[in-house]
Amino acid sequence: MELTINGTKRQVDAAADTPLLWVIREELGLTGTKYGCGAAQCGACTVLADGHPIRSCVMPVSAVANQAITTIESIEEDPVGKRVVEAWIEHQVPQCGYCQSGQVLTATALLKQNAKPSEAEIAAAMINLCRCGTYNAIADAMQQLAKG
Amino acid sequence: MPMHMPQIPDTLPTDGKPFNLSRRRFVGASLSALVLGALLPGKVVRAAQSQAAEIKPGTRVPAFLEIRPDGTALLRSPFVEGGQGIYTAFAQIVGEKLDIAPDRFSVECAPPGADYLLVNGARFTGGSFSVRSSFEVMRRLGASTRHMLLQAAATRLKVPLASLTTQPGVVVHTASGRTLSYSELAALAAALQPPEQVPLRARKDFRWIGKSVPRLDAHDKSTGKVKYNIDAEVEGMLLAAVQHAPRMGGEPEAIANESEVRAMPGVHSIHRLPGAVAVVARRWWQARRAVESLKVDWKEAAPGTPHAMPANFSSAGMRATLAAAPGPGISAESIGDAAKALESASQVIEATYDAPYLVHGQLEPPSALARWNTDGTLELWLPNQAQEMFQQAAARAAGIAPDKVIVHSSPLGGFFGRHFLYGTANPFPQAIQLAKAVGRPVKLIWSREEEFLRDALRPMGLARLRAGIDENGLPQALYAEAVGESPTERWFGRQPDKANDSAVEGIAEKPYAIPDRRVAQVYLEHPPTIGFWRSVGHSMNDFLYESFFDEVADAGKQDPYELRLRLLADKPRHKALLQAVAELSGGWKRGPFSASDGSKRARGVAMASPFGSEVATIAEVSIENGSVVVHDVWVAFDPGSIVNPAIVEAQVRSAVALGLSSTLLEEAVYENGMPRVRNFGAYAILPPGRMPRVHVRIVESGTPMGGVGEPGLPGVPPAVINAVAALTGQRVRSLPLSKTHFAGA
Repeated sequence: MELTINGTKRQVDAAADTPLLWVIREELGLTGTKYGCGAAQCGACTVLADGHPIRSCVMPVSAVANQAITTIESIEEDPVGKRVVEAWIEHQVPQCGYCQSGQVLTATALLKQNAKPSEAEIAAAMINLCRCGTYNAIADAMQQLAKG
Repeated sequence: MPMHMPQIPDTLPTDGKPFNLSRRRFVGASLSALVLGALLPGKVVRAAQSQAAEIKPGTRVPAFLEIRPDGTALLRSPFVEGGQGIYTAFAQIVGEKLDIAPDRFSVECAPPGADYLLVNGARFTGGSFSVRSSFEVMRRLGASTRHMLLQAAATRLKVPLASLTTQPGVVVHTASGRTLSYSELAALAAALQPPEQVPLRARKDFRWIGKSVPRLDAHDKSTGKVKYNIDAEVEGMLLAAVQHAPRMGGEPEAIANESEVRAMPGVHSIHRLPGAVAVVARRWWQARRAVESLKVDWKEAAPGTPHAMPANFSSAGMRATLAAAPGPGISAESIGDAAKALESASQVIEATYDAPYLVHGQLEPPSALARWNTDGTLELWLPNQAQEMFQQAAARAAGIAPDKVIVHSSPLGGFFGRHFLYGTANPFPQAIQLAKAVGRPVKLIWSREEEFLRDALRPMGLARLRAGIDENGLPQALYAEAVGESPTERWFGRQPDKANDSAVEGIAEKPYAIPDRRVAQVYLEHPPTIGFWRSVGHSMNDFLYESFFDEVADAGKQDPYELRLRLLADKPRHKALLQAVAELSGGWKRGPFSASDGSKRARGVAMASPFGSEVATIAEVSIENGSVVVHDVWVAFDPGSIVNPAIVEAQVRSAVALGLSSTLLEEAVYENGMPRVRNFGAYAILPPGRMPRVHVRIVESGTPMGGVGEPGLPGVPPAVINAVAALTGQRVRSLPLSKTHFAGA
């Protein structure tokens, strides 16, 4: 099976129903995408498929074989992603950091689709869980980013 | 040559065979001694081994610091980073004295060794101890290293030491204008003995301590670059997944479909483990799918099996058992004569409060990677908060000497108390056994569902409280029985004639001037595995006490804030903090009142004294669609003195979030000896939409440095519960709030 990951075509040897998360982590060796719950509840595994955030832990790899997958490893190659990372650092968002790959990708997807989201639009998009409770810092970073 | 010790090579040839490892390693020099002091009870105290006796923890510079050719510094932290920001704090403290900017540090967790036993002769990342227990040690290490660099420069330049000074990373001979970088001097300096005494920079001259220096890990954590334990990889490793007995103590018997599962894609082998079955496979997903396909016949625990889970155990039943457990228990605090004072009180009120079992819910599921090397050593990558204790336990599990066990400690993807030694709650014994069985390195990952099944729970807490109120409406007597068992008793031994501190912390030794008091523990063992959870006993006990305090105030027709102030009249530190939080919130007002959005709201207040710090908390709530909404939380926090204001504030916010999560949503419900749910979603944790604004004021009263990571939590549940009572007139005595539907308001 061929996958397009971070702009590169890669051949992977995995059963069609293997969750994309485990193909990314185990076949491609990209460990920035995290396993949290395996049930699309926490969002730690979020990656982008054709620019849309998806929960890779429940997404069969075969379902995204024709889509461009973006993982955290290439986030700074995207100008919006780079801005998000800069805002995350400026607002000192991460604590343990485990959920932040998914948070950064979710934020990037929102801002690429809607450069100046409202507070309500931010709240509707930024729904990933963070057990360290970095939610206020994420909200502050998003407010700044939403100013363009 | 950097001042360092030999390192493990980066690339590890294996060819699927036990790895051949050179013994040129630092860990061999200082191993395995575990001296636990006054903090931990006798069960785990071991005599110091001879090597340990020679090493004074926190003094040998090369154990902690390496100055590298590029002028950056590597610091080996005695404590593990899991979000608290301690690696940054240590870079600030050491850098301040050493004269290297904090951003020139990289920090990693030190291996087991006597050098790092800095918490009363032991080491663990917990009790909010990391910075406060090592602040002076880190300062002295930095100062000693700088002194050694100056000595080396004096020798090299043939000038008196007193004629030299430093700028960040450089020794300067001002008279001649000559300079030498630290990296040029490191090898020469490493050969010197650290000085016995060195002058320390005065607080007023601090450049980095006390400043909001950016976290060292912010970029790596925003770009997915940090390697957590679950990401660890060695050549030739296989992956493993387990299925545990549904009830603790059960053992696997027949497997109906073993041969079919062995034929599944990627499967290497199927294993029976104590209380579990495992599949080892080429990939973890294959292992998980296979192990969950196994149809296992579980044999119930044999009678008398320690900590076997009864088939009829339920959390609801346990609550009733705790409530019915007879007092009077073992006294933890006794002042005056509470029983007599209750008899003569003009009014007596009583209430029973309880808080449920909780899971840790750290987002990184537990894992362990084990590799047996050809030299007889066992190498382990495992999440842990206590390197030496895990080394000892792994040695026992593996049947080898502790100095044959090499422990790697990655940053933790959250912990909150999850990664202490908890017997069957730690995956590493399974990984050790599997790696031995297959003759290759094995990384075991527990699925989230297995984690919910075997996590060490925050114990359920219950207290029976009675107060006697005098004719002026003031509390004269308090009589409290905290029923249950603390994780300290479970894991470090119980003293049958003594109340356990962490069972009663938050109820005993409160600062209020209540003349007659008796606080006791009624010991009752919990059937489930229990563990430490952020702020431990305080996580529930301050809720039990501070909520009841408001009931006492109401019964005496006192405002709960004013009553607290009055009873703290001779406690200036507490009184000032209470006034600070009121001021931060714009002045105390209990309500109910109407907010600008038209909603009806009220506020509650609570105080707590956790881990050497003091905290005062106010919360503002409303009711929407029958549920509690928390709009704002104000926290005045006095940890004595601090290193990094931004990190301290972030820790308070984080603790507020977890405290609020436990107040609003969380409970681990058991039925028939099993958890009712085994993943997030069904087990709700605080989502972003329910996070309040959090306002923090740090007060540095100058008292000895207290803890930071945990103290922000305990005030939140009672402040919210007290606000809800003020708003609705409904006094909730059982958490979480999601169990209660609120009409109207």
